[in-house]
Amino acid sequence: MATIAHLMPPGEKIANRIDIEVDEGVTLEDIITRFKVAPELAHLVLVNGVYIEPHERETSGLIKENDVVAIWPPVAGG
Amino acid sequence: MAWTKKYLRVNLTEGTIKVEDLNMAWANEYLGQRGLATRYLIDEIDPKCDALSPENKMIMTTGPLTGTMASTGGRYSVVCKSPLTGAVACSNSGGLFGAELKSAGWDMIIFEGKSASPVYLSIQNEKAELLSAEALWGKSVWEADAILHKTHQDPQLKVAAVGRSAEQGCLYAAIVNDMHRAAGRSGVGTVMASKNLKAVVVRGTRGVGNIKDMPRFMDATNAGKAVLAENPVTGQGLPALGTQVLMNVINEVGAMPTRNMRETQFEGAHKIAGEAMLEPRKSDGKPNLTRNGGCFGCTIACGRISTIDRTHFSVQDKPEYWGNSGGLEYEAAWAMGSDCGVDDLDALTYANFLCNEDGMDPISFGATLAAAMEMFEDGDLTTEQTGGMELKFGSAEALCWAAEVVATGEGFGADLGLGSKRLCEKYGRPELSMTVKGQEFPAYDPRGMQGMGLTYATSNRGACHLRSYTVSSEVLGVPVKTDPLETDGKADLVKAFQDATAAVDSAGLCIFTTFAWSMEDIAPQVDAACEGEWSVEKMLEVGERVWQLERQFNQAAGIGGDQDTLPKRLLTEGAGSGPAQGKVAELDKMLPQYYELRGWNTDGSMTDATRQKWNLPA
Ligand code: SF4
Repeated sequence: MATIAHLMPPGEKIANRIDIEVDEGVTLEDIITRFKVAPELAHLVLVNGVYIEPHERETSGLIKENDVVAIWPPVAGG
Repeated sequence: MAWTKKYLRVNLTEGTIKVEDLNMAWANEYLGQRGLATRYLIDEIDPKCDALSPENKMIMTTGPLTGTMASTGGRYSVVCKSPLTGAVACSNSGGLFGAELKSAGWDMIIFEGKSASPVYLSIQNEKAELLSAEALWGKSVWEADAILHKTHQDPQLKVAAVGRSAEQGCLYAAIVNDMHRAAGRSGVGTVMASKNLKAVVVRGTRGVGNIKDMPRFMDATNAGKAVLAENPVTGQGLPALGTQVLMNVINEVGAMPTRNMRETQFEGAHKIAGEAMLEPRKSDGKPNLTRNGGCFGCTIACGRISTIDRTHFSVQDKPEYWGNSGGLEYEAAWAMGSDCGVDDLDALTYANFLCNEDGMDPISFGATLAAAMEMFEDGDLTTEQTGGMELKFGSAEALCWAAEVVATGEGFGADLGLGSKRLCEKYGRPELSMTVKGQEFPAYDPRGMQGMGLTYATSNRGACHLRSYTVSSEVLGVPVKTDPLETDGKADLVKAFQDATAAVDSAGLCIFTTFAWSMEDIAPQVDAACEGEWSVEKMLEVGERVWQLERQFNQAAGIGGDQDTLPKRLLTEGAGSGPAQGKVAELDKMLPQYYELRGWNTDGSMTDATRQKWNLPA
């Protein structure tokens, strides 16, 4: 989302979320690659709002059914 | 230019204006702007005075880098005692006004006393005069701005003014400059209006001078600009989406205060987020956001220029609001949006326009309305008091109406202008006020971000995110990621952020640079511009000294460690959803360590040793 919102399918930008089906054992890296997010732009990666450290993103089994995965580039504001 | 070393002292009671020399010994200790003006304030007023009496003074102040080529070097601050909190107030604004004041040859203006009738101060370089503002009184900021431009026949005139809300005594009135930039918090506009001072207009053409080492300054500022351009936050995120980039992020991490902080996530967040401002609307195919905009000398340009849908109920009969104007920032969108449960982007934009037009702090306004909505839903307030309006959470009509009545002070607008603390006390529900030291919270729930709990509790101007933005580290991972739910290490983090921020606020720069700049980027720019040595260490020392000085002011004003706390709701009611579910703000785990780091007693009072160490006035 944010400056990578254009990577979402058209028409889904405002809702900012889509349902996706993934294979069992999928890693966060797989999802990041599937949406063509450049590695340096996958800065904030959250599962159900909890930050996942870069080294954990290749671990399979972190994501369960109905989990919410969020990916942001580096962002900040005030 | 670095310091002009001159400032104006305007005595409104006597109607006199004097030129005085800047105290350079103090400038060496406090640099400028926030720090230096606070040094003057503590020297010149009794911290116990009534903030709205002629005894209070109001200082409009620039920093040494204001008006220079440094990126974002256009800031000014307003320093006085706050009527909302009773503590020291220091509100910072961008736009063009601060740089113009500096270019006219003045580091600051000290206003004292109270004029017998409405006046405004006009500055044309060295010429400064008080003129009648009888024709401006009762006008909004925007109307006053138009009249002043016409009177002076100068499109380049820069105007800072107060609106009708300030005249009516709204305790969170702002000073608005350049139509939609504001010294927003703590009621600095209320203080200005209490002095019968409607506006300050400036034209400065003397340009840049007095830079210690010009070639080195060029190199240092260019290097700084390159860092901002290359950084994804300051180079891409902020220009594209503004601060509103945060709406979805903060909601996702479960730290979005919702419906007067009863909840920590807002189901309508995506409808009022920065991304939504870019989506074409049905009626005219245009998005809410027209373009971004920047303050003087800024190479980030996070500002929002927006339009409202002409078919929206708020403006369909009001063509005067159909044009471009200052759009939503994250804090305004949060306060009037999720804190009031309103997910109508056009209603929020309209209320935001009104906050600019009549000078209300949108954070305090939104948060006060949220408290009123909770009292209305609980039956403490009824349509009898509101004059018929149903103050229900989620009502866009109620939001637009409230902005209109606070702007003019009519009817229930006068009550809403009291701020959340006094309003909740008046209607018998003090526990529903989400404030610290009387100032309303900004947009981060401390249950989901522990460092922000300590930040709010210890902020010298009451609840505030701009005193130590640990969000940056706890959520956004800038510069390094820390766990938002952890309290360990947060006392150090908060102190480090507080000190660095105080230094940046004393330099004339915008705090948003610090998403990309560290003190290693800032100190060389200050050092090349200002006489004396300005190393990283010295800058951080200045920052800490400013913090200690502000604390000293508050202590002398009778605000001690007992007020370093949070509303009971945040200390006892766990978050209802999200990663922080069940968690409260664990202030007690952080506060003692913080006091120790600051060199204060266990009750938060200043020790003599600390006072001496920082050479604070007695
Ligand atoms: S970053 Fe935004 S607020 Fe700061 S100076 Fe630039 S435009 Fe103004």
